[in-house]
Amino acid sequence: MKQKLVVIGAGMASGRVLEHLTDAAPDAFDITLFNAEPRGNYNRIMLSPVLAGDQTYEDIVTHDDAWYAERGITCRFGEKAVKIDRELKVVEGENGHVPYDKLIFGTGSNPFMIPMPGHDLDGVIAYRDLEDTEQMMGMGAGNKVVVIGGGLLGLEAAAGMAARGADVTVVHIMGHLMERQLDPAAGYLLKKSLEEKGITVLLNAKSTEIAGKDGKARALLLEDGTELPCDLLVMAVGIRPNTALAQETGLAVGRGIHVDDQMITSDADIYAVGECVEHQGEVFGLVAPLYDQAKVLAQTLLGEDAAFKQRSLSTKLKVTGCDLFSAGDFAEGETREDIVFRDPARGVYKRLVLEGDKLVGAVMYGDTGDSNWFFGLIRDGEDVSEMRETLIFGPAYQGGGSADPLSAVAALPPEAEICGCNGVCKSDITTAIEGGATDLGAIRATTKASASCGTCTGLVEQLLQVTLGDDFQMPTAQPVCGCCELTHEDVRRLIKSQELKSQEAVWQELGWKTLNGCHVCRPAVNYYLLADWPVEYQDDPQSRFVNERKHANIQKDGTFSVVPRMWGGITNPAELRAIADAAEKYDVPTVKVTGGQRIDLLGVKGADLPYIWSDLNKAGLVSGHAYSKGLRTVKTCVGTDHCRFGTQDSTGLGVKLEKILWGSWTPHKLKLAVSGCPRNCAEATCKDIGLVCVDSGFQISIGGAAGMDVKETELLVQVPTEDEAIEVVMAVTQAYREGGKYLDRLYKWMAKVGLDWIKETVVDDLENRRALVERFELSQSIYRKDPWAEQAKEAPRFAPMADLTLEAAE
Amino acid sequence: MSWIDIGHIDDIPLRGARVVKTPVGCIALFRTGANKVFAASDTCPHKGGPLSEGIVHGQSVTCPLHNWVFDLHSGQAQGADEGQIATYPVQLDGERILLDSTSLGQRSAA
Repeated sequence: MKQKLVVIGAGMASGRVLEHLTDAAPDAFDITLFNAEPRGNYNRIMLSPVLAGDQTYEDIVTHDDAWYAERGITCRFGEKAVKIDRELKVVEGENGHVPYDKLIFGTGSNPFMIPMPGHDLDGVIAYRDLEDTEQMMGMGAGNKVVVIGGGLLGLEAAAGMAARGADVTVVHIMGHLMERQLDPAAGYLLKKSLEEKGITVLLNAKSTEIAGKDGKARALLLEDGTELPCDLLVMAVGIRPNTALAQETGLAVGRGIHVDDQMITSDADIYAVGECVEHQGEVFGLVAPLYDQAKVLAQTLLGEDAAFKQRSLSTKLKVTGCDLFSAGDFAEGETREDIVFRDPARGVYKRLVLEGDKLVGAVMYGDTGDSNWFFGLIRDGEDVSEMRETLIFGPAYQGGGSADPLSAVAALPPEAEICGCNGVCKSDITTAIEGGATDLGAIRATTKASASCGTCTGLVEQLLQVTLGDDFQMPTAQPVCGCCELTHEDVRRLIKSQELKSQEAVWQELGWKTLNGCHVCRPAVNYYLLADWPVEYQDDPQSRFVNERKHANIQKDGTFSVVPRMWGGITNPAELRAIADAAEKYDVPTVKVTGGQRIDLLGVKGADLPYIWSDLNKAGLVSGHAYSKGLRTVKTCVGTDHCRFGTQDSTGLGVKLEKILWGSWTPHKLKLAVSGCPRNCAEATCKDIGLVCVDSGFQISIGGAAGMDVKETELLVQVPTEDEAIEVVMAVTQAYREGGKYLDRLYKWMAKVGLDWIKETVVDDLENRRALVERFELSQSIYRKDPWAEQAKEAPRFAPMADLTLEAAE
Repeated sequence: MSWIDIGHIDDIPLRGARVVKTPVGCIALFRTGANKVFAASDTCPHKGGPLSEGIVHGQSVTCPLHNWVFDLHSGQAQGADEGQIATYPVQLDGERILLDSTSLGQRSAA
């Protein structure tokens, strides 16, 4: 007598169970199959090619009517199973009862819909079944679509609709795409490739509401106030096991339907398989474990011994044409070490995570050819210490191969600008080399590249090396640090010419060898990015040295010093009173007058910083940036206000300059002074920029220092008016900001580019001077503000996260 | 072991650190770029610099006073410098950070 088997849900997992069963024992069961969707089993993974138009629904059907008929399976498609009576062993369908001996739950999962206002409007869909796909296929040119969710499903939906010509925006709440499968570096590459397909990607974006009109979705609103108009909104934020019926039936249910290793639920005659199950605390979404479960369940039903075991998993995906792979555990930590390989030319990123002598995880983007080999090493826990040096190059390279330090330059497109001063691009230089210019001097003579400020010399030399190979002997240049092969000048130049606007972009495109830099390169790259892209790039406090992150100078005992700004060294009784009050209130042990004409409060505790700032703010005092690689002070003498020798209002000019320049970041500290006459009481001639007033105008000299090196300034220009003096100071500051190597004082930059070049470009070339001033003003529109006022709002961040000493004393 | 809840992972900036005061002294909780949390002494063995104020890179931190670099798992100083900082058990329960109170010299809550 045949046993009666009822299956609820015709999905990929239950479909595979039926294949195994009917192949192994065609006559063992009398099978009835319920499916809520009005069709049988099709390959859901292939909905993306259907959306993209590469395949049709017919192509992805796994089991057609003939298949079910051949196997004598009674299909009840389009009919829901509404109730199960475990006593009588009967499934109650919408159109009648079916008795069972054995019952399988293959109810799959439901898309999770964020319950935000408007989620039930028309035009808001998930990406789960054929109906959803068909709605998306209706989108084309002229349609706007918003996809919430930067996981696999969301990105497939976005790419499919973009390929049909729709204007697609992906909104993702995390800092990088596919954060469960990829690390931030691979996420950056994926974002870049989507953007090249015309898709807009918004990260760290929190959706708050779907606005509707006449019951239909009109726009998605984000927390920051952005409004994204849309004709269709696709929510692809995740799936939840569909357990409603199992719960009503009284089965043990957690996140999914509980099953043991044999796929048996809490009722011995009821089984579950696929996305609806929970096994040892895990739920499943990828197809490989579902097929494993299906096989075990078929064996169990046939009375064979079988047990489902969770395997370590790898994900090898093609997302919208980009190959990516991840396997094992690729989080940092424990005793782990990373091996990172980046090939900017091919857009390849590979990262291996080692623990001891074993490979425990891997992430790959762009080239996943060797992924099976790496996955094998991870799964088998093989000892890889012998091949560690060349491991990342894959099985073909065991015993040879190394990273090419010139790959970043080789990867530049022909139109990439190498020399900014003379507008020389890569192809100009390679053409000159092919025309017989085989050394730096000849390149300078024929193309003018590196013939002006000279900061692109390193890149020109690398181009000579790439083009000529061993015929060119490269002079050794110091790279920024061990993380990369490029000098500071090279990095700066390439950030500009390749328009690299994030740290991830710099690390990938310039072939960084470490995961996220080190304490040497991170502050430098952060500075270059914010100096070159003040609007697009957001300053990263975690890439800053402690003083600039805390906006105070750390002292040897871990306390801080606080220096409020005194514009041009001028103060008043109210400010002095506020400083005195603060010094008393916060038990400041030392109050000192600085060389920059202001007052230093030394020995302030870290946790008190936001409070002392807030008190000083109330009296109108702001940060003096005494801690920054940026504008420090503008020192002045009293000039014509009081002095019998003064020729101009040096104090007034000093105050004006400080109000214009404050808050700006520079490669190293920047100190100014304005003296009212050549007696030079403000000591202007040993400052980075010094102004000395004379009867006929203002002498501007630059490149002074009074620290490790003592340097006298050199005259840049004398100008007749205060306005022009201010303009020249802004222009020279901006030129230094744009060209200087991080941690080079202005005099070092001047020694590299030459005073004559600065005179030519900053003083004589009026058009360029104005352009420099404009760019400085643009940057200052963001950075000319008091960081203390902002940080004071974040007071809890300055306190210990927890104090366990108090609890212990209780 | 006796795990106690210290706070949410987002209380620590990405690639940053925060301090926890304990009976055995100040401990720094570091959060790496890959969202792994480490607990180690906040005090550099060289000149006592506060490591929680250093730059966090990979799974290392650089002391803000004189650039000693420590591996956050082993506590070993890297490169030419020789020294070691104490490390402490820490675990993440979802997004909550847990420290083991017994290893911090604290009586268990019971």
